[in-house]
Amino acid sequence: MLEIFTYTFIQNALIAGLIVSIITAIIGSLVVVNKMVFLSGGIAHSAYGGIGLAIFFGLPMLLSTSLFCVLIAMLIARASYDNRENLDMLIGLTWAVGMSLGIILVDLTPGYQADLMSYLFGSLLAVTSTDIYYMALLLLVVLGTLVVFYRDILAVSYDSEYARLRGVNTKFFYTLILVLSSLTIVISIKVVGLILVIALLTIPIYIAGYFAKNLLSMMLMSAGLSIVFTLIGLTLSYSFDLSSGPSIIIVSSLCAFCVYILKGLSKH
Amino acid sequence: MQTTNVIEIQGLSFSYDKQKVLEDINLVIEKNDFTTFIGPNGGGKSTLLKLILGIIPLQEGNISIFNKPYLSQIPKLGYVPQNTNINLNFPITVLEVVMMGQNSLKTRLFGYKKEEKERALEVLENVSMQDFAHKNISKLSGGQKQRVLIARALFSRPEILLLDEPTSNIDVNGSEQIYASLEELNKDISIVVVSHDISVILKYASKAIYINKTLTHHDLTHMKEDFKNSDEHVCEIELLEMLGKCKC
Repeated sequence: MLEIFTYTFIQNALIAGLIVSIITAIIGSLVVVNKMVFLSGGIAHSAYGGIGLAIFFGLPMLLSTSLFCVLIAMLIARASYDNRENLDMLIGLTWAVGMSLGIILVDLTPGYQADLMSYLFGSLLAVTSTDIYYMALLLLVVLGTLVVFYRDILAVSYDSEYARLRGVNTKFFYTLILVLSSLTIVISIKVVGLILVIALLTIPIYIAGYFAKNLLSMMLMSAGLSIVFTLIGLTLSYSFDLSSGPSIIIVSSLCAFCVYILKGLSKH
Repeated sequence: MQTTNVIEIQGLSFSYDKQKVLEDINLVIEKNDFTTFIGPNGGGKSTLLKLILGIIPLQEGNISIFNKPYLSQIPKLGYVPQNTNINLNFPITVLEVVMMGQNSLKTRLFGYKKEEKERALEVLENVSMQDFAHKNISKLSGGQKQRVLIARALFSRPEILLLDEPTSNIDVNGSEQIYASLEELNKDISIVVVSHDISVILKYASKAIYINKTLTHHDLTHMKEDFKNSDEHVCEIELLEMLGKCKC
């Protein structure tokens, strides 16, 4: 069994899985406590527009998808900050329009475009070292942001009206959370694909939410859980020749289900 | 004894989408006043509170706090929002919520200073909540949560404390406890409370401001003793009507 770790693609998959687990745990916690889960679903699907642009114009995939999603996130932040009632409609719009744009751009691109499935459902075993550098860079940015702004982000997430009263620039932090979420979504697409990103951003956080006393412990716990799920999912995927993204998600949702049942039993 | 004006409002009007909510409001709040804003739902009491706090931008008229432009004085205000506005299942401890009361969170990097934790415990003690400091806020009852939010407002040593419906959804015992804490705090700071709890609030307040688009003043100092001595239920509707019509 251990000989599988000598393959470069397995090593890459493991490293990428670990980094993405930590990032999604941190950002997923912010997404969940700010009730932005479906917003991130919308951004994830609109990412396909960025993928289409990259394919059509022959641009570097990660970079152009990231820029595209950051742009979408900033537009949503701008349109929804003063009027959250718009949010629902905006989510639906970005969700469908981004996806359609991507599909049409791929249609218009001459030549054979095989890889649609890998964007929809992930391809952890096809991670390159460039991807890994990009993921590591994002991890540093996320950790750095957390170290510098943890209290502001906490204040804005918990009670943004009060935070603003105490002199916190809530608009900036609302936008920052959305931008970091969109960058996280783009790298998670490599691991589980854009359709399943929401699961990575929510299931470990949902489990941690049962036990966490504060936001920081929620982030740490979900990072631990996420790493374990990724390792188990990846092993299953390799051993039984299954898709890696869905394997990871099935493992985590089974665990979430068990925790839910056990918690329910312990109440009686 | 000379009194100081802590809040002064002149000619304030405010509308939401052309609908006038407040019209030509003139109001002076003096040092150590315990003022309540009463009046019907939609009468504009919460709006007036949020205007004073700078949460809603001023449209017409003028507000000064300590005789200075009000926006520069916001850090001297403590605010207790309505309990219902707050994220209920948020993973956060009582201590962290209280430390959010810190003014302008300039980059202090990760974590909290020792003095901040001590200050947080001190204000929690003021509202008898120190034993809950390390509990998750979602495990607390409505009344306990409200006292935590009062502690948060006290954290930055405000000179005026403004509360928006502090006892909505809280049982009678809880309300009495909250008002008793406020009465104690009123020795050092001015208090403004928006409330529906008219009979309770009239026991403690020194001034009642009836707001229904326009404003009517009532000095309660003489009425107050009667309320304190009576255990009878006071009919809130009658009281409201009386205050609404009265010309004092």
